[in-house]
Amino acid sequence: MQAFQLHTGRVAPLNRANVDTDQIIPKQFLKRIERSGYGQFLFYDWRYLADGKPDPSFILNHPRYAGASVLVAGRNFGCGSSREHAPWALQDYGFRAIIAPSFADIFATNCTKNGLLPVVLSDPEVAKLLLNASQFEGYFVTVDLEKREVRDQSGFLAHFEIDDFKRKFLLEGLDDIGLTLQHEPDITAYERGRKTFATPAST
Amino acid sequence: MSRPRTLFEKIWDDHVVCQPAGEPALLYIDLHLVHEVTSPQAFEGLRLAGRRVRRPDLTFATVDHNVPTLAAERSIIRDPIAAQQVNALRRNCRDFGVPLFDIDSAEQGIVHVIGPELGLTRPGITLVCGDSHTSTHGAFGALAFGIGTSEVEHVLATQCLRQQRPKTLQVLVRGSLPNGVTAKDLALGIIGSISTDGATGHVIEYAGEAVRALSMEGRMTLCNMSIEAGARAGMVAPDETTFAYLRGRRFAPKGAAWNEAVACWKTLPSDPGAQFDRVVEIDAAALAPAVTWGTSPGMVISVTERVPDPQRFPSEVERSAALRALEYMGLRPGTPIQEVPVNRVFIGSCTNARLEDLRAAARVAKGHKVSSKVIAMVVPGSHAVKQAAEQEKLDQVFREAGFEWRESGCSMCLGMNPDILQPLERCASTSNRNFEGRQGTRGRTHLVSPAMAAAAAIAGHFVDIRSWEYRD
Ligand code: SF4
Repeated sequence: MQAFQLHTGRVAPLNRANVDTDQIIPKQFLKRIERSGYGQFLFYDWRYLADGKPDPSFILNHPRYAGASVLVAGRNFGCGSSREHAPWALQDYGFRAIIAPSFADIFATNCTKNGLLPVVLSDPEVAKLLLNASQFEGYFVTVDLEKREVRDQSGFLAHFEIDDFKRKFLLEGLDDIGLTLQHEPDITAYERGRKTFATPAST
Repeated sequence: MSRPRTLFEKIWDDHVVCQPAGEPALLYIDLHLVHEVTSPQAFEGLRLAGRRVRRPDLTFATVDHNVPTLAAERSIIRDPIAAQQVNALRRNCRDFGVPLFDIDSAEQGIVHVIGPELGLTRPGITLVCGDSHTSTHGAFGALAFGIGTSEVEHVLATQCLRQQRPKTLQVLVRGSLPNGVTAKDLALGIIGSISTDGATGHVIEYAGEAVRALSMEGRMTLCNMSIEAGARAGMVAPDETTFAYLRGRRFAPKGAAWNEAVACWKTLPSDPGAQFDRVVEIDAAALAPAVTWGTSPGMVISVTERVPDPQRFPSEVERSAALRALEYMGLRPGTPIQEVPVNRVFIGSCTNARLEDLRAAARVAKGHKVSSKVIAMVVPGSHAVKQAAEQEKLDQVFREAGFEWRESGCSMCLGMNPDILQPLERCASTSNRNFEGRQGTRGRTHLVSPAMAAAAAIAGHFVDIRSWEYRD
C-alpha cells in the first residue's frame, strides 16, 4: 500500500453534501477487472455533458483547479455503494487527501486501504477551506498526518482526529493482510473453538 | 450475573479472535458472499501474493449485478466487458475452490436474496460481502456488513477483518404499522427522520412491536435500507419467525445440530437493561405509504403530500441540495406527488424482490392493465423466487396486466446490465437508491413499496395504495 505522511497540494472545492459513490464513479465503469485507470471516469456524469464534451460549470473542469490533489467537500462524502472503485478513481485522478465534515464508513475504510487520506474537519473549518479555494487562485494546503493537521501559508491551521492504528498503518504503508497473518496461531485456535452450526451444513 | 449485553455485543464478543494492544480487534468472519463486480481485483491480489482462500467452505459466490434478465440473453452475455467480469469470477472460483452459483444454476440470484433463502445466513454469525446492502442479512440477528475490495481480499486470505468497534443505535418502532404501510415505508420513514448519515458509525438494532410483527421478508427490507441511513449494519433479534423461516433450508443446521443451534440463538436477543449508545423512537401509527421526491433516500414524503419547497429547509446546505435535486428530478415545489406521472416501473432488487413482495404487487395488478404510457417490469430476486412465483401463477397475473416478467438479477436497481432508464425517464422503483443516474444516466428514480409501484404502473402516476380497488 502507498504510504501517506505529508502532502502539499492544490485544493479543489466541491461544495456538495452527500456525494455518493455512484457519482464518484458511475456503474458503467465498474466492469473492468483492474485496479487502475479509473481516473478518466471520475465524476463522469458531472464532468461531461450528454455530447461527451466537458461541462464547463463543473468545478474540476475549471482550469484554476487543474492538478488539484486535495478535494474539499460537504458532509457524508462517499455514501452509498461499497465500490472501492471510488477511491481508486479519486487517487488515479491525482487526489491524495479528501477533507470533509464527515465520511460514509465503508468509503473511509476503502480510502485508508489505498493510502488516500480522509480528513474530518469541523463544518466551519471546511467552510473556510471551500471559501479560500474559490477565492484564491492556486490555493494550496499541507495535510500533515504525522502532526494530524491541515495548514496553509496564511495562518489556517486545523487539527484532525485519526485513530493511532490507522495513522501508523498509513504512515508506514503497511501490508494489511501480512499483519493479520502474524496472528495465524490465534486464528487457528479460534477456528477450533467455533460452533459447528456456524458453518454451513454440507448437503 | 454478567453485565446485560445487546445482540450486537454478544455477536461481537463471540467473534473476537484477538485484540492486539493498540490495534482494532481481529474479528472472525463466518460467511463471505462474493459477486462478480467487487471481487476480481481481490482474487488478483491473492494470486500476486501467492495466497490461497483460507476457508472456501465459508465462501459462496454468485453472479447478479451484470447478468441480463432476458432469458434469451442469459447464455451469452453480449456486453463483452460484463462477460469478462462474469468469466473472471468463474475462473477465480475454479482456481480457488470457491462454490459458485452460476447464471444457469437453480440457486442463482441477488446475493442478499440467496444467502437467506439457502439457509446460509443464520443468527449469531458474522457475514460480509463486497456490497453495501449486506446489511440485509442482519434481519436474522447476524452481524452483516458491506466491505470494499481490499477487505474482500483480506477476508479471502485470512477469514478475518480488523474492525474498529462501532457504536450501537436502537431504533424502537412503537405501535403497529397501519394498513397499506409496509417495511419499505417504515425504512424510508426512519431515514427521512434520522437522515442519510443519521446512523454513521453505528450498528442499528430494530426493535419494538411493529418490527416483531414483520415477516422475515419485511425484516430483510428494513435491514437492507440501514446503509441508506449511513449505518454499518442493521439487525433484528432472532425469534420464532426467524427459526420457522430457516428450518429445513438447504444449508441450515439439521437434526441435533438444529436443536443445539436454536437453543443458542435464543440467547442472542439483547438482555433487559442492555445499554445502547443511542435510542431513536418511531411511531409506527404515524407512518403512511412513502414516495421519494429527490436524489437521496432521505428526500421522502408520504403519498398524500406535495413536493416540498426548498426555501422551507432550515440550512443553506439542505436548501441548495433540495434545489439541485428538484432540478434533476424535473419537479416543481408544491406539486401533489400523486399528480406526478411515471413512464417506467421497476419491481425488483435486494430490497423488494422476494416472494412476499411479488405477491403484494401481483395482488394490486390483478384484473388491471398497465397504463399505455408505462413500461413496467418485474425482476424476481432469485431463481428460486421466480420459480415459487410461477408456481403460484403470479407471472400470469403480471403478464396479463402488461408487466414484463424477467429472469433474476440486480437489473435496473443499478443498471449494470442492459436494463436502464433513458435520460429523463421517470421510474417508480422498489429498489433502494434514488441517486442521480443510479438507474441510468439522467434517469429519475422514485423509491416506493412493491404495492405502490404496481399501482403507479397501472395508474400512470403515484396513487395512495390505501384507496386501491383490489380485484381479487
Ligand atoms: S439489487 Fe441493487 S442494491 Fe441490491 S445488490 Fe444488486 S445492485 Fe446492489
